[in-house]
Amino acid sequence: MITFKNVSKSYGRQVVLDDLSFEIKQGQFVVLIGPSGCGKTTTLKMINRLIEPNSGEIYINGVNIMRQNPVELRRSIGYVIQQIGLFPNMTVEQNIAVVPKLLKYPKERWKPIVRELLELVNMPYEENAHKYPSELSGGQQQRIGVLRALAASPPIVLMDEPFGALDPITRDCLQEEVKKIQKKLKKTIVFVTHDMEEALKLADTIVFMNEGKIVQMASPEEMLRNPADNIVREFMGRHMQGGESPDLYVEDVMRTRILKVPKTLRTLECIDRMDRWEVNSVIVINDDETYAGTVSLEDIHKQGKPGREIGELITEETPTVSRFYKAQEVFDQLLTSPCKYLVVLNDDRTVAGLVTRTSMTKAVGKALWGAEIS
Amino acid sequence: MNFIVFVNEHYTEILTSILQHIYLVFFSVMIGILFSIPAGILLSRHKKAAEKILAVVSIVQTIPGLVMLGLALLIFGVGNTPALVVLSIYSVLPILRNTYTGLTEVQPGLIEAGRGIGMTLSQLLFRVQLPLAMPSIISGIRISTVYIVSWAALAGLIGAGGLGDLIWTGLSTYNTNYILAGAIPSAILAFLFSGIIGGVQRLATPRGLRGSTA
Ligand SMILES: Nc1ncnc2c1ncn2[C@@H]1O[C@H](COP(=O)(O)OP(=O)(O)OP(=O)(O)O)[C@@H](O)[C@H]1O
Ligand SMILES: [Mg+2]
Repeated sequence: MITFKNVSKSYGRQVVLDDLSFEIKQGQFVVLIGPSGCGKTTTLKMINRLIEPNSGEIYINGVNIMRQNPVELRRSIGYVIQQIGLFPNMTVEQNIAVVPKLLKYPKERWKPIVRELLELVNMPYEENAHKYPSELSGGQQQRIGVLRALAASPPIVLMDEPFGALDPITRDCLQEEVKKIQKKLKKTIVFVTHDMEEALKLADTIVFMNEGKIVQMASPEEMLRNPADNIVREFMGRHMQGGESPDLYVEDVMRTRILKVPKTLRTLECIDRMDRWEVNSVIVINDDETYAGTVSLEDIHKQGKPGREIGELITEETPTVSRFYKAQEVFDQLLTSPCKYLVVLNDDRTVAGLVTRTSMTKAVGKALWGAEIS
Repeated sequence: MNFIVFVNEHYTEILTSILQHIYLVFFSVMIGILFSIPAGILLSRHKKAAEKILAVVSIVQTIPGLVMLGLALLIFGVGNTPALVVLSIYSVLPILRNTYTGLTEVQPGLIEAGRGIGMTLSQLLFRVQLPLAMPSIISGIRISTVYIVSWAALAGLIGAGGLGDLIWTGLSTYNTNYILAGAIPSAILAFLFSGIIGGVQRLATPRGLRGSTA
């Protein structure tokens, strides 16, 4: 579907792409990976002619793209960049509809597309369509960035490190969504990353580049089994011995003996219980047992008056995670977040436990040395 | 007390001067806008040349108004025309500079996204760059207008009318009332225009940007 034939590119004396030839088949998820400056972005931008080669040809469905009008070519190819690039002067709806409007779709045609796409990523139309990008979180913004690329149903979508700036948990969600969308809508996706984990997770085919050349083009399994050279092997890093270290999930590293109190508990009573449990913060739950927030002893001393209900002091600052996340992903979060613990939630938003630095250390120790540390 | 009597006696003259003044300001700023915005767009596409051209325009700006008026008088004779020409020239720089910076400060990521999804250069300009640059452009227009309200007083010297007429009459006959009758309305006009344009600026700021820019 996309064919590079002896494509080269240099800036002055510097050769950026060196006689590149490869083919991408229809419906494939292809990930370009390699060290910084190896030419991934350049390769990607050649597909929609944001950059043109010095020599060689690029064909899409057998047509040489240099014979096509670049503007029309770009409208037929989705494009997502790392900086997100949503137009801040347009609403979510206007951003998504921008390419259909360029293609002169009538309103009756693009409106339903916007609605459908928003549903695809669980962002209800009524709530989100009329917001401006500045009112969305980073993850939501990039979801809209992806939707914008899909709006005119292009068969090919190009993505340049689209999730590079997102936190690990949001990144994880978006990766899954994109993979799902790709399978469902049968898109051909060319995706740039320098994160091998991301590549292994998403790719049907990984193209490993170095210094403007392709070092290896193979399926993730093949690349894990037979890395072409040392650079590839290094990039694979710990993924190489995949099976040896066990996968730990949040539920394996959390502690479940925790103090939960209802919103209506009086502050004095609460302090009493915290004393008995020897803890300095509590989890507050709603009547239906779902998570409401946390309150620390400090909060109570600072703002609490005797006789007030604990529900009034709740802060939402403590991050929450699902019990099914990989432990490794919340590890960083735990170390870098100002909070000393994370609240673990079940799927129905009831509280499953807490991950603290101690609980994490114990679990990791146990996994490594097989014994409980006390 | 004196002054109120004076205003009572001369209000038609004062009113005519105010209207003439507004006329001078309005048309010279209009001409300035019509020239500067397209020129700013052009400069934003030739950034290397732009810095030099903007530097030259700033130098023109520092030529004293009287010298410019004198030159214009020699070329165009007495009346409205030389005043309009000179005032228009003075209105150019703030608008031109603000158009240029407004356009060039649009994030490169947005330009890349726009091009990458298939906008033509003019679509990119009208749908992305100009709306985002609008607050900056209008603030340039505001600066120009306030500036021209006071420069236009000079134009009275070469018979262009306006509030300057009153001021010059007052200065040459040592009549404070004339001076005040010229100076006070021109101060009020400056405030008024600045306020109105400030309002327009708020309206023209894309909703998604409000709150983040002044
Ligand atoms: N316009 C340009 N002028 C000169 N050199 C350029 C230009 N664009 C890119 N390069 C050079 O080309 C090489 C490849 O750039 P490219 O952006 O494709 O790298 P990349 O693989 O995407 O890297 P990264 O992972 O850092 O994004 C780099 O060495 C870069 O410095
Ligand atoms: Mg890159």
